Amino acid sequence: MIAFVVRRVLASIGVMIAVGLIAFAMFRYVGDPINQMVGVETSVAERAQLREELGLNDPAIVQALRFLARAARFDFGVSYQFKQPVADLIGARMPATLELAFVASILSLAAGIPMGVYSALHRDSALSRLFQALSLIGISLPTFLTGILLITLFSVVLGWLPSFGRGDVVRLGPWWTTGFLTVSGLKSLVMPATTLALFQMTLIMRLVRAEMLEVLRADYIRFARARGLSESAIHFRHALKNTLVPVITIVGLQLGSIVAFSIITETVFAWPGMGQLFLQSIQNVDIPIMAAYLLFIAFMFVTINLVVDILYVSVDPRLRASLHGMHG
Amino acid sequence: MSWSLKVRTFAVAAICAATAILAVALAPGAEAKTLRFAFQGELKSVDPYQINESFSLSVNGAVYEGLVRRGPDMKIQPCLATSWDVLDPLHWRFHLRKGVKFHEGQDFTADDVIFSARRVLSAGSDLKGRIPADARIVKVDDYTVDFLLKSPNPLLINEWESWGMFSKSWSEAHGAAEATAMNATTPPYAGLHANGTGPFILVSHEPGVKTVWRKNPNWWDTPKHNIDDVVFTPIPNAATRVAALLSGEIDWMDPVPLNDQARVNANPGAEVLAGPEIRTIFLGMDQFRDELGHSSVKGKNPFKDVRVRKAFYQAVDEDAINKKVMRGQATPSALLIAPALFSRSKDFKRFPFDPEASKKLLAEAGYPDGFEVQMDCPNDRYVNDEQICQAVVGMLARVGVKVDLNAEPKSKFFASISAAGGYDSSFYLLGWTPTTLESYNVFQYIVGCRNEKTNWGGNNVGDYCNPSVDALARKALQEPNETGRDDDFAQGWQIALFDDVGYIPLHQQALAWGVSKTTHVIQRPDNYYIFAWVTMD
Repeated sequence: MIAFVVRRVLASIGVMIAVGLIAFAMFRYVGDPINQMVGVETSVAERAQLREELGLNDPAIVQALRFLARAARFDFGVSYQFKQPVADLIGARMPATLELAFVASILSLAAGIPMGVYSALHRDSALSRLFQALSLIGISLPTFLTGILLITLFSVVLGWLPSFGRGDVVRLGPWWTTGFLTVSGLKSLVMPATTLALFQMTLIMRLVRAEMLEVLRADYIRFARARGLSESAIHFRHALKNTLVPVITIVGLQLGSIVAFSIITETVFAWPGMGQLFLQSIQNVDIPIMAAYLLFIAFMFVTINLVVDILYVSVDPRLRASLHGMHG
Repeated sequence: MSWSLKVRTFAVAAICAATAILAVALAPGAEAKTLRFAFQGELKSVDPYQINESFSLSVNGAVYEGLVRRGPDMKIQPCLATSWDVLDPLHWRFHLRKGVKFHEGQDFTADDVIFSARRVLSAGSDLKGRIPADARIVKVDDYTVDFLLKSPNPLLINEWESWGMFSKSWSEAHGAAEATAMNATTPPYAGLHANGTGPFILVSHEPGVKTVWRKNPNWWDTPKHNIDDVVFTPIPNAATRVAALLSGEIDWMDPVPLNDQARVNANPGAEVLAGPEIRTIFLGMDQFRDELGHSSVKGKNPFKDVRVRKAFYQAVDEDAINKKVMRGQATPSALLIAPALFSRSKDFKRFPFDPEASKKLLAEAGYPDGFEVQMDCPNDRYVNDEQICQAVVGMLARVGVKVDLNAEPKSKFFASISAAGGYDSSFYLLGWTPTTLESYNVFQYIVGCRNEKTNWGGNNVGDYCNPSVDALARKALQEPNETGRDDDFAQGWQIALFDDVGYIPLHQQALAWGVSKTTHVIQRPDNYYIFAWVTMD
């Protein structure tokens, strides 16, 4: 088991190094950071000197290794645009993104599971058809369009919800700001979280529906019926419980992508999270921020996968046996 | 986590929550006036010396004031200097305002001016052009400063509105004596904190998220504004920015996309404040390579022939561009400078749009069937930039020139057309705002023969070059009075744009601010956002 974990950790580090290298290989196609750092009147000589000082003339691989070597010591450099440490900038934005992702996940579960269960149990009802249609919209409408439609309806026409930003936030300790404790903070969360949750909700609903249909056909359900258990006991105590195992796995893995793909939602709602920071940094060719963000996202995915792998091994006796078998 | 720690954490959270609720409940009502302002980009630093960019300079101007400032009519006014004398063309004397205090209480004196001059010339500053590097700055007494120049420069103070005064003692106490170096590894104090003499005091700055100011109750001048606080938020998405204005969540924003202007004006609570901007949009052509790149022409460069350049000029229907692409909001221009900035503007008329003449010129130049060339165009820099280029492509097709449009985000566009990219463009669209608000700046950076050592012609991508034009611009700088200067500039424009057709001017684009009906702002053509002129009902 320990050998397995060590192997997986080493592989994870390998993945992160690879992400760093690929990122720096791509940065040259994003544009020239110098033009975004100085005004148009700055002389050619000054620009050249700056390029040299920032190490932008070095080959991509040298820049990548230099960045990774510093990152290993948790030094992510200073943003070209803001002249502030990248770790501080990302750290200040992280609570906004994580709170948004958290609420979106809860929302997608709270809506997706009941909808999935209902449409599995009442396959041909009108409501099920409505859910199916909604889920089609959820999958096919691009996030920015959903976001703008929501804003137009709830901010401009009805005036109920704020169209941008995080509202008032409360500082909890040195590292965290929360929007959960103010009215404006909670109101601000509604639309971005809904927008971000829509796709996940669709996914969960479809997954629950498919799994539930599968489980309802299983022998133990038939035996449960034969035993004369009530329909609700069969559906919710036996069927749903067994449906949820794969759902929870998927949701765990999807948490990573919610954080990673909140970029568009954050930009539409001017949500001051990491995604917006990343998008700004692409426009500004702010290499330190781009590199650190990509590395952070890679770290998150790698960690989630690592945890899932370890959990599987410790939960599933068959996998454990095969590991022992490998060791002979 | 121990039990007691958990309890304590919970208690802290509860207190925070209670405070927050109280704060909401006790928030002052109609009394405090807060101006909520949004822009498409972010404020990169609260240190104005960090980047020479009009957004940063104008917003930071609420905190840091210069020796002079400009009024709503763009005329230079006294500010921290009450008056100045040009004792001789090389010797300027400035009399400083007495009794001015910085926000943190320091007195403003001659030492601060001398310090600020040194800081603006320090390695990390992007505003080095504000002061000639070889000027000597001498303290006469606490409230008198002399600037001793090596060569005459009647435009010395033209850009001084945006050269804000720093407090010497404050900067030195916080390690901010030099502008932050571009490759700094430690966070600069002056990037998050500010201490100027201006009408607003910086309260907080979260880079890229939010910046808050409050009014300076001890400002030396009588405020024209009636606002207590200013909150700035970047809202990058144009649709969201418009929605936020229409829903009354912001009072003032820039820019309103052309497509949304009718919708904003139809709304009872907000309107578009449009006006001419001093930025000129123009087309440039590669006139220095012996073989034109990105084109079908081999072994020669058609743009070296003035007939081809004029043919391109006359093929472009600027009135149609203005009508269709700019919705009539632009001002077609014969020059690379806005009429407001050049007294002789009305003497110049664009070459007429004439596709037949254009075809004839091309045939005379040896291209009866036209040729193929790539056009480089930014797609996120100027108002409808990509659409302008698409229109130009269509118009040139009618005279037989096949143009491949290469529209890119500004980060890529400027990377390839700049010196670092080897000025890699054959035909391009660019915009320019002369920060000194007169012609010399345009000759210096756009029209002048390119010389990397002297930073002359630094943005002359196609390297149009006529030494007699350069000579006229340099001669103008020796002229102490504006009329004399403008005569020289007029001659220069005649040669550069009409005899040589070095560039194809298109138009001055329009400003479009979105403003709520209860907020009254003053729009200056240089697109500065001046909080000190805002009043709210």
